[in-house]
Amino acid sequence: MIQFEHVTKNYGKTQILKDLTFTIPDGQFVVLIGPSGCGKTTTLKTINRLIEPDSGTISIDGQDIRQTDKVQLRRHIGYVIQQIGLFPNMTVAQNICVVPKLLKYDKAQCNALVPDLLKMVGMEQHANKYPSELSGGQQQRIGVLRALAASPPIVLMDEPFGALDPMTREVLQDEVKNLQQKLEKTIVFVTHDMGEALKLADIIIFMEAGRIVQMASPEEMLEHPASDLVRSFLGKHTAENPAPTTVESFMRTNVLSVKKHRGVLECAERMARGSVDTLLVTDQDRRYLGTVSIGDIRHWGQGLASIEPLIRQTARTARVGDEARECFDYLLDSGAPYVVVLNDDDTIAGIVTKTSVARSVAQNLWGDER
Amino acid sequence: MRALLAAYGGSLARAVAVHTLYVLVSVAIGFLLGLLAGILLSRLPRRVSGLLMPVLSIFQTIPGLVFIGLLFLALGMTPATVIVSLSIYAMFPVLKNTYTGILGVETKYIEAARGCGMSQLQALGKVELPLAMPTIVAGLRMSAVYTVSWTVLAAMIGQGGLGDFIYQGTTSNNNTLILLGAIPAAVLAIAIGGLIDALQKRVTPRGLRKEAGR
Repeated sequence: MIQFEHVTKNYGKTQILKDLTFTIPDGQFVVLIGPSGCGKTTTLKTINRLIEPDSGTISIDGQDIRQTDKVQLRRHIGYVIQQIGLFPNMTVAQNICVVPKLLKYDKAQCNALVPDLLKMVGMEQHANKYPSELSGGQQQRIGVLRALAASPPIVLMDEPFGALDPMTREVLQDEVKNLQQKLEKTIVFVTHDMGEALKLADIIIFMEAGRIVQMASPEEMLEHPASDLVRSFLGKHTAENPAPTTVESFMRTNVLSVKKHRGVLECAERMARGSVDTLLVTDQDRRYLGTVSIGDIRHWGQGLASIEPLIRQTARTARVGDEARECFDYLLDSGAPYVVVLNDDDTIAGIVTKTSVARSVAQNLWGDER
Repeated sequence: MRALLAAYGGSLARAVAVHTLYVLVSVAIGFLLGLLAGILLSRLPRRVSGLLMPVLSIFQTIPGLVFIGLLFLALGMTPATVIVSLSIYAMFPVLKNTYTGILGVETKYIEAARGCGMSQLQALGKVELPLAMPTIVAGLRMSAVYTVSWTVLAAMIGQGGLGDFIYQGTTSNNNTLILLGAIPAAVLAIAIGGLIDALQKRVTPRGLRKEAGR
């Protein structure tokens, strides 16, 4: 448990931290977030005394951290920085063993530690490489392992994935979250990326100008953002902009249609070219009449001049503006391949297929569309 | 050639030995002093060290001749005069490179070291010095090569070394004697430079080698 009580910090005349009081319970993934200059990194660094507050007390498990020697304190708190900072003169194994060695583990203990840790991130074969021989993502994995090596109950992470490409960042986020849950660490994590905060945090602490604006779980913050700034940080993640729900948002518009007086062979030809087994049929005024299928053409088509007799009206239709949900339910329940969407004047607007359903699910899950 | 060797062989060998000894002893002392002073300077706030460094550089511009002359007044015509003055000269390049080398260590490594719970001394020994080592050794190389040529001045106060031949040569207008002193001195400088390059490779960890080309 980490407790801040009335912690303040000034640099010259600017107040960086203004009377911070909060408690971080054990085993929680706590993310500090806010605009730059809000004091989130300063807050983090006061925990391992890289920065000393001007007043107030910080205690870990009830003990004031000023009573512990700084150097000793830091050896029992993991620390990961954005610039990674693996020592380039040491191998991966040596980097991992930095803190254990400072804590006077013997050689055998250190050697036993390395493979176990490397295994957790799938880098067993890299123990004897130097940091310059690793990719950025691999380096930061080792940076995380270095922080975990002496099994500190608390790990501080200062924008650890900020310098990584988005793909690697995602993977490392997952790995760190898994490690945190498996090892039951208390992690204090600084970021300016709300997506990252929502993904990782049990508790988000939103700071602005040295104060805490809101301290809440991701769900609560999404539902009740405490200020406009929080809301703007949440941005696309909030329910403010509801996802589209009507059929036209999900339909395909590039559908093949034919006029009813067209010849049978011509239609068969168009189906073959478009790799479809059905065409939508319209009248002279482009109004929807029904569908014609390749099966019917093959069965009954011989000798017919046009496709008009083969038109079926079995396909379900919907109107522009209808809820997409009904169409989705119908598609999933009936196994039908599509629903035809009509404009108000009965002309064809498009079709909704099962692919549309999948896209809609994806949007709801990840909240972005392309 | 044979006649030359017969005439000067013995004294040349002795001169080379004395010269080398002067160089090794004074570079060793100068290196230790320079390393220590460089480390101490790097611990000072930059405002202070930023003022001190130019002052120290001025010392370096005093001609060796003047300095050795002054020390001669204080210590007399002894090898100590030579060793002391050469050591002080040998110190400057090492000092300067140690200082800039340590200050050149990127802050991320310092922060990581502090964050891991290293004391000041541990951070220095485990991180700062190893990372500054390529620069420090480059300073050592410079100081060793310079010292080979400065050691010629030892002869000025009658303390031997290859300078003996050069002074004799210049006063008696004998080019052979000058070359007899100058060529071994040049060879010595190259040899010591090569030796330190080999050392450089040895002390640079594999992980740093790519960056150490400077």
